[in-house]
Amino acid sequence: MNPISVQNLNKSYGGVEALADISVEVEPNELFGFIGPDGAGKTSLFRILTTLLKPDSGEASVLGLDVVDDYRTIRTKLGYMPGQFALYEDLSVRENMDFFASVFGTTLEANYDLVAPIYSQLERFEDRLAGALSGGMKQKLALSCALIHKPELLVLDEPTTGVDAVSRQEFWQMLQQLKSQGITIIASTPYMDEAEQCDRVALIDNGHILNIDTPEQVARNFDQPLLAIKASSIYELIKKLRSYEWADSVQPFGEYVHYTDKREEPDISKLELYLTEQCGLSEVEIKSIEPDIEDSFMNLMQKEVT
Amino acid sequence: MNEELAIQANDLTRKFGDFAAVDQISFEVSQGEIFGFLGANGAGKTTAIRMLIGLLAPTSGKASVAGFDVYTQAEAIKRKIGYMSQKFSLYTDLTVWENIRLYGGIYGLSEDNIKAKAEELLSSLQLESVRDKRIGSLPLGWKQKLAFSVAMLHEPDIVFLDEPTGGVDPITRRQFWEQIYQAAEEGTTVFVTTHYMDEAEYCDRVSIMVDGKIEALDTPAGLRQAYQADDIEDVFIELARGADRAE
Repeated sequence: MNPISVQNLNKSYGGVEALADISVEVEPNELFGFIGPDGAGKTSLFRILTTLLKPDSGEASVLGLDVVDDYRTIRTKLGYMPGQFALYEDLSVRENMDFFASVFGTTLEANYDLVAPIYSQLERFEDRLAGALSGGMKQKLALSCALIHKPELLVLDEPTTGVDAVSRQEFWQMLQQLKSQGITIIASTPYMDEAEQCDRVALIDNGHILNIDTPEQVARNFDQPLLAIKASSIYELIKKLRSYEWADSVQPFGEYVHYTDKREEPDISKLELYLTEQCGLSEVEIKSIEPDIEDSFMNLMQKEVT
Repeated sequence: MNEELAIQANDLTRKFGDFAAVDQISFEVSQGEIFGFLGANGAGKTTAIRMLIGLLAPTSGKASVAGFDVYTQAEAIKRKIGYMSQKFSLYTDLTVWENIRLYGGIYGLSEDNIKAKAEELLSSLQLESVRDKRIGSLPLGWKQKLAFSVAMLHEPDIVFLDEPTGGVDPITRRQFWEQIYQAAEEGTTVFVTTHYMDEAEYCDRVSIMVDGKIEALDTPAGLRQAYQADDIEDVFIELARGADRAE
């Protein structure tokens, strides 16, 4: 039995389709990522899986239980961290922990081992009001509260949104640690680079799942030769590449621009001549590269539109 | 006062009680530059921006924005700058057209001018078909692109962008940056914060704040070289890991 099994799930709000025929299986002890921009449908899916929202049609089971019929039982077995901070800001750190523990009929002491790696970083602030914590600490407290009843499944809705690169990295390390204790975890994120932290990912956009695979394989599904091109002015380079007769896609990626060609194989030396001789760009560098998950995501998004 | 500089800060400091949220930062931004203002959560970025846009008085130090002093000419600064953030940009319960008209009016544009600008903007963003739709019903990416254009309605000298692309899909995020490039090419100075480290590479220069201080400031290539890092993310992580204001 898979901890999450979803078949042909649909959800609309008024005329707006939030989830369109979504099917996905999450395996035991997987760290599974739902990657997609705001408005893709991630939160709707998570709210259905956590029994907070009913689907219009389709089936979904969580830990072998139906999300509509067995909602009460499901709620005792999963830990949920919503996208918005949902703890009591006017209770202290410790009071929040005790409250969530008592709601689930347990105590902090009873499950201390599980939460210790995270909660220990908060213990010096036990008496501080949750509302007075920094963003990163609120996030750690929310995760501790979601874990207090030893859930079999952890559902994290955009835990790293608006969080800086260092705290994001630390957060994923905490999730790896929890996974090693046997918990199944699903997390959503708009940050493509976090995909590589997951065992498998579903790329989601506009209510549709574009692809489900390992992060390595998702990147490999990009099926065109990809060039990374650099020049002294990125903006000039983008404009010149866009007007090149063989240009297919032209997307800035950090200090480089990623380029695909309309032909099977791009002619690198001709392209270089075009950029230097014809366009007068300086410091031009062109190299073949392996695509990453963001290349793949954009490629799939564009295919979906056309 | 150097006329060529869009922003000039010297030992700019803001304390809350004993706590120096911004601790003697000094930097200059040239006209037409895209300046990336990076830092960990809690490093003091927002406090610094609030001082620069005339919303918060500094405790000590000096700063001028668009040639005006932040202590004595805050109102003049507000007329010369544009501002957008991820958290607040447009009124969600007003339509696209109403938002443009509202901001045009706030910035003192004439009725004719607002009309002309609105048409130009709706056509360049391909938003004509949704001009009478409420902002709240639009996809985030459209909203953010529109918010940027609205922040540029009054042709400000400098535009401040506070995490403008958070949560936006990868294609729209890149289109947004092309808007930024275009604005900079037309002479607008762009002051931008982001958590996407690849976007730091799109800036002419980047500063990295740690614990209220600017710990590094250079071109992206200069920073990569100085820290012998593959990308700005590595530089950022190296610097921010040493932060005391641990999250």
